[in-house]
Amino acid sequence: MDYSTIYTATIFGLDYPTLWFLVVGGVFSGYAILDGFDLGAGSLHLFFKKEENRRVALNAVGPVWDGNEVWLVIGGGALFAGFPNMYATLFSGLYVPFMLFVALLIFRAVSIEFRSKEPMAWWRKTWDTVYMVSSSGLSIALGAVMANVLEGLPINANGDYVGNGWDFLSPYAVLVGLTTWALFMMHGAIYLALKTQGAMYEFVTLWVRRSIIFFIIMFLMTSGYTMLFVEHMVVRLKEYPILLLVPVVAMLSIANIPRLAEKRNFTLAFVFSSITVSMLFVLVAIGLYPTFLQSTIDPAYNITVYNSAASEKTLGIMLLMASIGAPLVGLYTFIVYRSFRGKVKLDEHSY
Amino acid sequence: MSVEILARIQFAFTVAFHYIYPPLSIGLGLLMVIFEGTYLRTGKVIYHTLSRFWTKIFALTFGIGVATGIVMEFEFGTNWAAYSRFVGDIFGSALAAEGLFAFALESGFLGILLFGWNRVSPRMHFIATLGVWLGSMFSAVWIVVANSWQQTPSGYHLVGEGLKVRAEVTDFWAMVFNPSSVDRLTHTWIGAFLAGGFLIISVHAWYLLKNKHVEISKTALRIAIPFVAVVSLGQLLTGHHSAEGVAENQPAKLAALEGHYPDTAAADMYIMGWVDQEQQKVYGLKIPGGLSFLLDYDFEHPVVGLNAFAEEDRPRQVNAIFQFYHLMVAIGMTLIGLSLLGVFFLWRGTLWDKRWFLQALVWSALLPQLANQFGWFAAEMGRQPWVVYGLLRTSEAFSLAVSAQQLIFSLILFAVIYSLLFALFIYLLNKKIVHGPEDFTLRDYRPKQAATADVYKS
Repeated sequence: MDYSTIYTATIFGLDYPTLWFLVVGGVFSGYAILDGFDLGAGSLHLFFKKEENRRVALNAVGPVWDGNEVWLVIGGGALFAGFPNMYATLFSGLYVPFMLFVALLIFRAVSIEFRSKEPMAWWRKTWDTVYMVSSSGLSIALGAVMANVLEGLPINANGDYVGNGWDFLSPYAVLVGLTTWALFMMHGAIYLALKTQGAMYEFVTLWVRRSIIFFIIMFLMTSGYTMLFVEHMVVRLKEYPILLLVPVVAMLSIANIPRLAEKRNFTLAFVFSSITVSMLFVLVAIGLYPTFLQSTIDPAYNITVYNSAASEKTLGIMLLMASIGAPLVGLYTFIVYRSFRGKVKLDEHSY
Repeated sequence: MSVEILARIQFAFTVAFHYIYPPLSIGLGLLMVIFEGTYLRTGKVIYHTLSRFWTKIFALTFGIGVATGIVMEFEFGTNWAAYSRFVGDIFGSALAAEGLFAFALESGFLGILLFGWNRVSPRMHFIATLGVWLGSMFSAVWIVVANSWQQTPSGYHLVGEGLKVRAEVTDFWAMVFNPSSVDRLTHTWIGAFLAGGFLIISVHAWYLLKNKHVEISKTALRIAIPFVAVVSLGQLLTGHHSAEGVAENQPAKLAALEGHYPDTAAADMYIMGWVDQEQQKVYGLKIPGGLSFLLDYDFEHPVVGLNAFAEEDRPRQVNAIFQFYHLMVAIGMTLIGLSLLGVFFLWRGTLWDKRWFLQALVWSALLPQLANQFGWFAAEMGRQPWVVYGLLRTSEAFSLAVSAQQLIFSLILFAVIYSLLFALFIYLLNKKIVHGPEDFTLRDYRPKQAATADVYKS
C-alpha cells in the first residue's frame, strides 16, 4: 500500500509528514546545538585542574543545561506524536543503548546538582569524574544512535527489531559516536571561551584549538566511511548535484571556525559551529528522506515518514501547536540567556 | 518471568520512584509563589528568606524529577512499542504538548529561579518563580490527560486491522477533556499541593521542636497550615467526583476498589477490610450499602459487581487494589483531621506549645507521598487487564523486540541507580534542613529589592 497518497493536505507545497519530518529534524538539531555545548563543556571538565576553574566551567552551563535538555524531551515527544511507528521501532530496537543513555543522563544531572553540595575533595573529585564520563558517554551514545539510523537496522514486517542486543556497536557507530564527541567538545570549548576570563580563558583557547583538530580529523574519516560504505546516504546528492551546496556550506563553515578562533572572535566561531551542527542535520535529512529507518532485511520493511506517521489530523494539530509553542520557547530561551550573558561570576547561589 | 511482567515491574518501579518528585515541585512551587509574592507585597525580609530557603530544597527535588522523567518518556518506546504504535496518534500529541508548553516554560525559567537572585529584578525573579510553577502545573495537565485517555478513551476512532490497528484522533478537545481528565487532574494537583504543603509543615514543625529558626517557622506554618486545610477538604470533593466517574466509565474498577463481586446488588463501603478472592468475600468494617448511597444517595441502589464481567476482562489483584484504595482514603482523612486540628490550634494560639502535635506534624510529610503512590497504584491496577480501557490489553502492548534478559539488565540498572539516587537525595535533603534558612537572608547589595517592595507597599 502506498501510504504517501493518504496525506493530501499541504502547506508551502509540502505534505504534513514531510513538514513534521522537518520539525523533528529541527528540534533535534536545536537540541544538538544547545545541549551539544554543555555536553562538550562537560567532556573537557577534568582538564581543568583548579577547584575555582571547575566551578566556573560548571556554572557556565549551570543555569541553562536543564533548559537545553528539554529540547530532547520535546524531540522525543515530537517523534512519538508524529511518527509513532518510528519511535516504537527505534526505541525498542536499540533497547540497551537507550537504557544506558538514560542512566548516563541521570548520572550527569545528579553530578551537576550534587557536586558542590559538599566540600570534601573526594566527593567533588568523584562527581567531577562522573560529570565528565557521563557527558562524554552521552555525546558518543547520541552519535552511535544516529549512526544506527543512518545504517539501518534489521527490522521485520511488523516493524520490530530482530537483531542481536549488541549489534548496535558497529564500526560506523563508534566512528560517528567519536565524531559527535569531537564536535561537541569543539562547540563546548568555544562556549567556555565566551564564558571565562584570565588564565582560564587562555587555557580554554588551547582546548578550542585541540578540539578543532580532533573534530576535523574525525569529520573527514566519517565522511569517507559514509561515502564508501553507507552509500544510500549519498544517493540523493548524486542525483541532484545542486544539493552538493549543503556539504560545501558545511565545509566552509567548518573551515571558518579555526580562522575565527585564531582571531579570538569566539562569538562568531560559536555561530559557525552551530551552523556546522545544523548543516550536518540537513545532510542527514537529505540522505534519509523519505526513508526514516532502512530495514537491512528487506527494503519493503523500511520505515518511511509516510508509513510511520500519525494521522493527518494529528499532524495538523501538532503543526499548529508547534507554531504557537516555538515562539514561546524562543522567548524563554532568549530571556534566560540574556539574564546570564557575559562571563561567569560565582556567587552564593552558584553550583 | 515473562517479558510482560518484567516490563510492568520496571514501569511501575520507575514511575513510582519518579512520582516522589513532581508532586513536590508542584506543591513547593505554589508555596514559593505565595512566599515570594508576599515578600514583594510586604517587603518583609522574612518572606524572602523563606522563599530562598525553599528554592534550595525545590532545586534538589526538581533535578531528580527531570532526570527520572526522561526515563518515563523513553520507556513508552523502549518497553511498550506495541502500545506506542497503538496510541501514538493521541498519547504522543499530549506528550509533545507537555514538552512544548510545560517543560520549556519550567526548565527555561528554572535557571533564573535558582541562580538569578542577584541577576534580575525582584519582579522578574517572581515571574520566573511563577513560570516554573505554572510549567509544573501544565505538565501535570498533559500527562494526566494522556493517562485519563487510557482510562476513558474518547474523541478517537480505530483505523487499520490486525497488528496495524491504531487509535486516531477525531476530536482533539474531546480527547483532551475525556470523561475522567478534569476530575483526575484536580485530584492529582491537590495531591501535589498536599505533598509540598506537608513537607514545609514538617520541616518547620521540626525547627520549632528544636527551638531553632522560631520566627520564620511560625511564619511558614501560619501560611502552610490553613493552606493544607483548604486543599485537603477540596481533595474530598475531587475524590468523590472521581469515584462517580469511575462508577460510570470503569465499573469493573469501581467494583474492585470495594471488592464488590455480585452481578448487581447494593454495594457496601468498607472502612478497612480484607478481600478473599477465592470466596469472593470481603471481611472487615463496613457501612452497609455505603457505596450505593455515595453514588445515588440510596442505600439500595444496585451496583454492578466484578462477576458481571468476563473473567478475562476484570482486574485480577482485587485485594491489592482494595488495600491501596482504602489506604489512600484513610490517609486522606487523616490529613484532613491533622490540618483542621492545626488550624484550630493556630486560631487558639496554642499550636506552638503542643509538642505532641508538632511531633505528629514532623512525620506528616510522609503521608501525602504515600497517599499519592497508593492512589496511583489503585487507579492503574484497577485499569487492568487493559492498558487502554476496553481497547488494548496490557498483554498485547509490550515490545516484542526486547528480551527478558535485556529487561533484567535494565531492571537491575534502575534498581541500583535509583537506590543510590534516593540515598543521596535523603542525605542532602537532611543536610539542607539541618543547615536551616538563616544563611539565605537578604544581602544588602540588592538595592532594587527594597525599591520594589516600597512600590508595592505604597
